[in-house]
Amino acid sequence: MSKDLRNPLARARGLGSAKEGVGHWMTQRITALALVFLTLWFVITVLGLMHADYATARATIAKPWNAVLLIALIITMFKHAVLGLQVVIEDYVHTRWLEMTSLVLIKFIAVLAALTGVLAVLRIALGS
Amino acid sequence: MAQTGRPLSPHLQVYKWQVQMASSILHRATGIILAVGSLLIVWGLAALAAGQDAFATFTACATSAFGTIVMIGWTLAFFYHLCNGIRHLVQDTGKGYAIETFVRTSWMAIIVSIVLTVAVWAYVLTGSHA
Repeated sequence: MSKDLRNPLARARGLGSAKEGVGHWMTQRITALALVFLTLWFVITVLGLMHADYATARATIAKPWNAVLLIALIITMFKHAVLGLQVVIEDYVHTRWLEMTSLVLIKFIAVLAALTGVLAVLRIALGS
Repeated sequence: MAQTGRPLSPHLQVYKWQVQMASSILHRATGIILAVGSLLIVWGLAALAAGQDAFATFTACATSAFGTIVMIGWTLAFFYHLCNGIRHLVQDTGKGYAIETFVRTSWMAIIVSIVLTVAVWAYVLTGSHA
């Protein structure tokens, strides 16, 4: 070990049963950190729109910064959700084909939902 | 599970209930709830993009009695997952593992999330800001 000149992170990369090292763990934490700020911003924004009419809600989402943060939220949220659901499925679903099907299904649903959300924000922001 | 006849490690039922059990499983449960909730956010955005009628349908559902109950539960799930998530991020740095601290922060995550949920819904339902 003492002869190993790589740093601990470099050594941990490529390990684990899936040979993906600390990638899953690290991505889950980084998305979590981003979501602390993005979700709080989102909740405050939604609370501000509580009694707004349609035009006001649309105009608020259309503002560039809001649109950017919202797209960031959507992508980060679904990435984090897939990583979390994946672990839950791996822990509790012991029938192999059901486990694999669920793992693929959550990824398909998450990608489609994220794309739908991003397209919606773009339509609002670009006014189409 | 394979019936090997070998002795099993102690499982849930032999342990005295501790708050860490609740805080741990609640983190997963609320995570699943939030994953489903994220689809509702996309529904809201898609409705907002689609037009006034679609958005009116969405807000009608969201503000119905059932919708309000779902939203309150969702708020609680969100704040719990947020508070306990921050707790986990701190623990990832190696801090907060002393038993006393671990138990206290478990309770803190639960209590703070309830307080924040009550605060948000008091703000929403009193409507004094409208």
